[in-house]
Amino acid sequence: METLILFAPLVGAIICGFGWKFIGERAALWIATGLLFVAAFFSWIVFLSFDGVTQQITILRFIESGTLSTEWAIRLDRLTAIMLIVVTTVSSLVHLYSFGYMAHDPQFEGETYKPRFFAYLSFFTFAMLMLVTSDNLVQMFFGWEGVGVASYLLIGFYYRKPSANAAAMKAFVVNRVGDFGFALGIFGLFFLVDSINFNDVFAAAPTLAETQVSFLWTEWNAANLIAFLLFIGAMGKSAQLFLHTWLPDAMEGPTPVSALIHAATMVTAGVFLVCRMSPLMEFAPEAMAFVTIIGAITAFFAATVGLVQTDIKRVIAYSTCSQLGYMFVAAGVGMYSAAMFHLFTHAFFKAMLFLGAGSVIHAMHHEQDMMNYGGLRKKIPYTYWAMMIGTLAITGVGIPLTTIGFAGFLSKDAIIESAYAGGSLFGFWSLVIAAAMTSFYSWRLIFLTFFGEARGDKHTHEHAHESPMVMLIPLGVLALGSVLAGMIWYNSFFGHADQVGKFYGIPVAEAGAHDDAKADGHDDAHGADHDADTHAAHEADGTAEAHHGDEEMAHGGDHHYAFTGQPGEGALYFAPDNHVLDDAHAAPKWVKTSPFIAMLLGLGLAYLFYIVNPSLPGRLAENQRPLYLFLKNKWYFDEIYDVIFVKPALAIGRFLWKNGDSATIDGTINGVSMGIIPFFTRLAGRAQNGYIFTYAFAMVIGMALLITWMTLSGGAE
Amino acid sequence: MSADLNIILPEIILAVFAMLGLVGAVYTGKDKVASLLLWMTVAVMLAVALWIGMTREGGHLAFGGLFIDDAFSRYAKVVLLVSGAAVLLMSEGYMTRKGLLRFEYPMLVALASVGMMVMVSAGDLMTLYMGLELQSLALYVVASLRRDSLRSTEAGLKYFILGALSSGLLLYGASLVYGYAGTTQFGGIIQTAVHGEVSIGLLFGLVFLIAGLAFKVSAVPFHMWTPDVYEGSPTPVTAFFATAPKVAAMGLFARVMHDAFGQAVADWSQVIALLSVASMFLGAIAAIGQTNIKRLMAYSSIAHMGYAMIGLAAGTALGVQAMLIYMAVYVTMNVGTFAFILMMEKDGQPVTDIGALNLYAKREPAKAWALLFLLFSLAGVPPFLGFFAKLGVWIAAIDAGMVWLVVASAVASAIGAYYYLRIVYFMFFGEDRGDTLDVGKSTPVLWGLLMASAAVMILGIVNLFGIEGAANAAALSLVN
Repeated sequence: METLILFAPLVGAIICGFGWKFIGERAALWIATGLLFVAAFFSWIVFLSFDGVTQQITILRFIESGTLSTEWAIRLDRLTAIMLIVVTTVSSLVHLYSFGYMAHDPQFEGETYKPRFFAYLSFFTFAMLMLVTSDNLVQMFFGWEGVGVASYLLIGFYYRKPSANAAAMKAFVVNRVGDFGFALGIFGLFFLVDSINFNDVFAAAPTLAETQVSFLWTEWNAANLIAFLLFIGAMGKSAQLFLHTWLPDAMEGPTPVSALIHAATMVTAGVFLVCRMSPLMEFAPEAMAFVTIIGAITAFFAATVGLVQTDIKRVIAYSTCSQLGYMFVAAGVGMYSAAMFHLFTHAFFKAMLFLGAGSVIHAMHHEQDMMNYGGLRKKIPYTYWAMMIGTLAITGVGIPLTTIGFAGFLSKDAIIESAYAGGSLFGFWSLVIAAAMTSFYSWRLIFLTFFGEARGDKHTHEHAHESPMVMLIPLGVLALGSVLAGMIWYNSFFGHADQVGKFYGIPVAEAGAHDDAKADGHDDAHGADHDADTHAAHEADGTAEAHHGDEEMAHGGDHHYAFTGQPGEGALYFAPDNHVLDDAHAAPKWVKTSPFIAMLLGLGLAYLFYIVNPSLPGRLAENQRPLYLFLKNKWYFDEIYDVIFVKPALAIGRFLWKNGDSATIDGTINGVSMGIIPFFTRLAGRAQNGYIFTYAFAMVIGMALLITWMTLSGGAE
Repeated sequence: MSADLNIILPEIILAVFAMLGLVGAVYTGKDKVASLLLWMTVAVMLAVALWIGMTREGGHLAFGGLFIDDAFSRYAKVVLLVSGAAVLLMSEGYMTRKGLLRFEYPMLVALASVGMMVMVSAGDLMTLYMGLELQSLALYVVASLRRDSLRSTEAGLKYFILGALSSGLLLYGASLVYGYAGTTQFGGIIQTAVHGEVSIGLLFGLVFLIAGLAFKVSAVPFHMWTPDVYEGSPTPVTAFFATAPKVAAMGLFARVMHDAFGQAVADWSQVIALLSVASMFLGAIAAIGQTNIKRLMAYSSIAHMGYAMIGLAAGTALGVQAMLIYMAVYVTMNVGTFAFILMMEKDGQPVTDIGALNLYAKREPAKAWALLFLLFSLAGVPPFLGFFAKLGVWIAAIDAGMVWLVVASAVASAIGAYYYLRIVYFMFFGEDRGDTLDVGKSTPVLWGLLMASAAVMILGIVNLFGIEGAANAAALSLVN
């Protein structure tokens, strides 16, 4: 079944991409989409029936070279199962949505472009599945690069637009920087562990923590260095600060692509990588602190930029960037489960926001500037409600101190509490402020688009129309996920240790103040396993009381669990001294309510700015012009990079091209082949004059030379 | 005595056949039976090749070490007999049409083949010279087969005079070797080197021997006869020159170097490396200026002998093996290419100007593609067989620590690729100048040989048709 899930998109891509000429365009599109839905269906079965025990399904022998032995295999654990449903669900819905969105494209008048688009989408899905199902780093890297290629192809889908091509190249080049780090990390692991299989790497993690390696100018702790290098790769793929510049530009691609690749799946690969490597990360405290800081700064930075953008897709793009920062903070403080939780819920509501934005753009004839929207609530009611649900989810609306709320409410609060509990006050405050700004820009988007007066081209507004059913159904499904995903799986992702442990297949043991618990704690691994089993057994009745989500009660109550198990056991690994989960549940009430308050603050401010007094934003921008420009220009990252990297690189490239390639290499070759060799050719031709005495003379001279040579070299012996 | 005769039975059979044929034809139909005689010669040569290839095992000495029959000589004999038979087969139609098919021709080829067989089996400087002269005398005559043509007779005469000079060098070398070693037997010569150093006189003799042999393989600077003789001789004779005698000469070269001077590898290997580099570069550079395809093939064969000598210069069993494989591949490529050249005609007259090949692919795509395969292989472009042949000698040279030789030969082969690819360019992208070749001028034999050798170029990369094992056994029997 897992194999089927993995290969259905590939088969779809091949049939659709190469076979459409034989079976017809329409059939090709439906086959690709149908296969994706099959994959999604089976993914849900796998996810729901998964029992927490890691399985390995070998497909074929991949690379055998020296001590490098790699299989192409599926590693099925909870992380994989989560990613399977995220990827296949969003992908299948995006396929369906694209029927409507890509129906007519002025860029490709009279050409066949849809099979190409669907084939790329399916190929992307395959590569992404290969990434998430890999059981070793090389296979993962293949998937990693595969999604990079698919992303490149799809960003540059409108290849007649220079800006799309530039954006595609930018995405590719910036990702190269990250991939360089990732590749170095893989090489480093192979160098140190002599294997790149996850099982071996995880088992070696404690040893790595005590190993020192020389790299560049100094000695490093091996675990920290590897974790850091791997995170560089994650930064590139997940558009974290310094390597984020490609993501907003990637919005040049068609909107379904933005929803699938640049919101729900590919950009979360970095978070997935960090979570997948949790057994290693747990032994790399410095690297983890770095992850937290980068995540927090990214969350804050991207939110500030999102405040002032007017392109609807760019606002959501910066929002994505910011939310990815949240996930990294959670992973950085050791709460991988919360990171995965947010990844999971974010996939639903962010995909929906993008698809909703696509629906708006579709309705407005490819107008993307929010300044030309306004009052669209009546024209496109379904889209309006979908966007509304998405906004409620991303801003985190729910009932404070309970587990009732939209998906984003639960997962985002889980992260903010973890950040506080993880001791990163910097991370905590960055995220809370970012939450306020998230709320502001999200509501700003809603108010500017759906409320107020119609702005911009009158004709466009008059012809604004609701999107067809194929576009609305995916919105509906995703809306369902945005509302419910958080509440249903809250306990699995962020409940008590025993629930989380069961979900991920991590052994747990009872610990705490009780005497018997202490005895358990001193027990050997076998005892701990047994303990976990017992608890899994009578967890059914324990669920009822835990379900209310009153963390205080659990903390003071009878049950107190801690994660045990070795690195590599279960989908995630928590070090014995990792108490973030418990501490997060025990966080003060003001911490737990702070994101909610921040959300209200942002909502109120947005309401004031865009409904009550629409002239206020303009005046503020005038008053605070430097700040406004700073944000509007995205902190001038592109400009700075242009000066520091792009221009010098171009200069070096031009120098090497003109002086190195043209002058030296081409010049030498041309000189040799057009000057020197013809000269010798003429010489040889002249020597061959047809006179026999010349020939005999040449032989005798040659003879003399050989004798001399032999005398000089051989005679010296 | 009868055991000795048994060992040289193949040579005896071929020689007796040739002499009987000669006498028989004189007293019967003379040139009228030439065609029949040619077919019979082909059959006998192939039968002998088959016999040698199939039945003999182990190593045998005959006539007290004058004659050696081992895996090495058998490999070389099979290659030279099969290629000689193939070339003879190719010449039948051409020579008949030109009125050149005299009954002496197949007999001379057969006698030359006997000479070549004796060469590769030589175990003594005497046998060596006997085989060499038997082969050479036959070749001098066939070179001037077209007696009424000035060029053909000039070619024969040039070849004869320069050949005599080289024989003189060789004999002088042989006498020096005899003087310092006290014996002409290879087994005895190698003994003198075992005890202490190789004396300078012996080395001088060695260099003269090398010079004489280098003339036969047309290595620079003993190559000057090659372009003129190739151009002047009738094309089938050129094809013969380019194939079997080269195999025999390279075989003899390896035989003398390893059997007689196996203790002085370091001394001769550098001389051969020098000849090899000079041949590769001259072959590559001088061919660029050629417009006559026969002269071009002459330089091509000079260059290819250079590559084959890399294997010899390595001085190891691996090197000999690579050299033997190279020769087999080289011969196959040349048989195919000359089959094509024999088909180049315009208004019934043979054409040798490569300009006539302009846009040939438009008119005869199958033959053009076949020639493309062969030329790519000659140039050493992967994945064709010629590349793997080169790769083999390179690996042997690198194993022997002669990296500089490999680098030099890579440069030379890059230069040499130009003139092969230029022909391909003419055939596929050239401009139509009007003076084009006739279409459909092919006999089944020529067409079949062209296509078969082109197919071998690509199919052979699978396992070289198994000759690797034979070449390995041959090399091991020679190098200890």
